[in-house]
Amino acid sequence: MTNIAITWRRIPERYCIIGSICKTCSTKYFPLRKFCPKCRRKGKMERYQFSPRGTIYSYTKVYAPPAGFELEAPYILAIVKLDEGPMLSAQIVNTQNVEIGDRVEMVFRVIKRDEPEGLIHYGYKFEKITD
Amino acid sequence: MRKVAIVGVGMTKFGEEWNRGFRDLILEAGIKALEDANLSGKEIDAIYCGTMAPGPLIGQEHAAALLADWMGLNPIPSTRVEAACASGGVALRQGYLAVASGLHDCVVVGGVEKMTDVPGPDVISTLGGAGDEEWELFFGATFPAIYALMAKRYMYEFNATEEQLAAVAVKNHKHGAKNKYAQFQKEIDIKTVLSSKVVAWPLKVFDCSPITDGAAAVVLMPLEKAKKIVEQPIEIVASAQASDTLALHDRESLTELKATKIAAKKAFEQAGLQPKDVDVAEVHDCFTIAEILAIEDIGFFEKGKGGTAAENSLTEIGGQIPINTSGGLKACGHPVGATGIKQAVEITWQLREQANSRQVKGAKIGLTHNVGGSGATCVIHIMKNPAKF
Repeated sequence: MTNIAITWRRIPERYCIIGSICKTCSTKYFPLRKFCPKCRRKGKMERYQFSPRGTIYSYTKVYAPPAGFELEAPYILAIVKLDEGPMLSAQIVNTQNVEIGDRVEMVFRVIKRDEPEGLIHYGYKFEKITD
Repeated sequence: MRKVAIVGVGMTKFGEEWNRGFRDLILEAGIKALEDANLSGKEIDAIYCGTMAPGPLIGQEHAAALLADWMGLNPIPSTRVEAACASGGVALRQGYLAVASGLHDCVVVGGVEKMTDVPGPDVISTLGGAGDEEWELFFGATFPAIYALMAKRYMYEFNATEEQLAAVAVKNHKHGAKNKYAQFQKEIDIKTVLSSKVVAWPLKVFDCSPITDGAAAVVLMPLEKAKKIVEQPIEIVASAQASDTLALHDRESLTELKATKIAAKKAFEQAGLQPKDVDVAEVHDCFTIAEILAIEDIGFFEKGKGGTAAENSLTEIGGQIPINTSGGLKACGHPVGATGIKQAVEITWQLREQANSRQVKGAKIGLTHNVGGSGATCVIHIMKNPAKF
C-alpha cells in the first residue's frame, strides 16, 4: 500500500500539469525537474504551467493490465505531445478509437485505488477534442 | 588495457523450472562454465552476477554474497550488477573491465533470474520497474504497452505491418526448435502469432518474450593466459555501453534506440570492424518490434527496412545475417538477469562451431546486444575467434 506522502509530492504535476522551464536554455520539462539536464549547474529552473492540450504521438490498447487496472481493461494508453513541447504517457478516455495526430485535452480523473482501504490516486487522463 | 577472452561457458535449460530455485540454477551454470574451461575454481579472483529483481521475485537480496557462498568461492569479492533486462550484459562488461584493467586474472560472470515463484501479475509489476514508475507505470503502462507504443509509431512512420512483426517470432521459434536449452522448442507460423491473444495492441502473446527461470555463466581471463589453458579462447574485441532517458516519452524518437546506436558505433570503433563484418548476432528481442529496431540501430539494415528483412528471411540461419540463433528472448526464454550472459554463451558456441544444427557455418565474428527497460541502458559486445584469423 502506498504512503500518502508519495502522492502529496506529485500533486502539482499530476493534478495540474505543472512542470519546469530552464531560464538559461528555455527548454520546458514535464514532469518537474529541479536540475536542467542540458545546462546542468548553469541552468535556472522555474515552475511552468503547461497548457492542457496536445496531440497523440503514439498509442496502444492494453488488454493485459497491471495490478490495479483490471476493471478498466482494455484501455487506450497514449504518448501525448503537449502543445508546448514535452511528451507524457496517459490514458485516453471516453472513446474507443484514436489515431496518431488526434487532438486531446487533459481531464482530472481517478487513476487507481490501493485496495482494499488504501489511497485513491488521482491524476491526468486525456479526452479527444476538436479545435 | 589487456586483451580479454572467454575461456568457459555454461547455462541451464531455460523454462518454467518449478523444481529448481535461484541457487540451484546459478550453481549449475557456474559449474558448467568452470568445467568447460578446465578450471577447479581456485583460479577465480572475482565474481560478478547480473540479476534484476531477486528481492521482489524470491525475497532474496544480497545475491552476490549468496552466490560466492554456495559456489564455495568465499572470500573473493562478489558483486551484483543491476540494469533491468541488461543486468547480464552490464555484469559481463564489469567482468571484462576487471580483467582488461589488470585488476583480476580470472573472473566468473553469471546471470540469473528465478521468475516463476510468484504469480504472473506480480512479475509484470516487477518488470515494470525497468521503466519510469512515477510517470509511466502509475498511469497504466506495462512493458508490452511501452513496446507497443514504439511498434505503433514504427508502423505509422514506415508502413510496417503486423505480419512483419510476426515474422520475427516465427524465425526465432524456428531457431529455438534447434536449441535444447530453449524454453520453446516448437516451430510456429504467422497465423499462430496473428491469432494469439492481444496483450497491448499491436503486440500479441507471440510477439512477447516469456517469463522464464534460468541462469548462464562465463569465465574470463586475459587472452595470453587463456591461450595456454583452452584450445579456442573467444576474444572480446569490444565492450560498449550507453544510456538514454528512463521514460520512453522523453525520447526524441520512438522508432530507434539511441543508446543502441551509440553503443554500436563505439563498439565497432573499438573493434575496428563494421556491421557487415559480423557473422552472427544475438540481439535483445524482448518483443518482436525490439528485434526490428535493434537490427536497424546496430547497422545491419537501414532504418525502416528491418521489417522487410525479417519477412524475407534475411535474419535466419543461412540468411544475410543470422540473428538470434539461440531462439532469442522470444523462444529461448528471458530470465531477465541471465539473458545478457546467455547471449555471450551462444556466440561463444557459434564461434567455436559447437552450435550443432543451428551452427552458422564458418562464423568468425559475433555480436551481443542487451537492452535494459525500453532502451535506457544498452550494452554491446563484439567477439571473435582468434584461431580463425
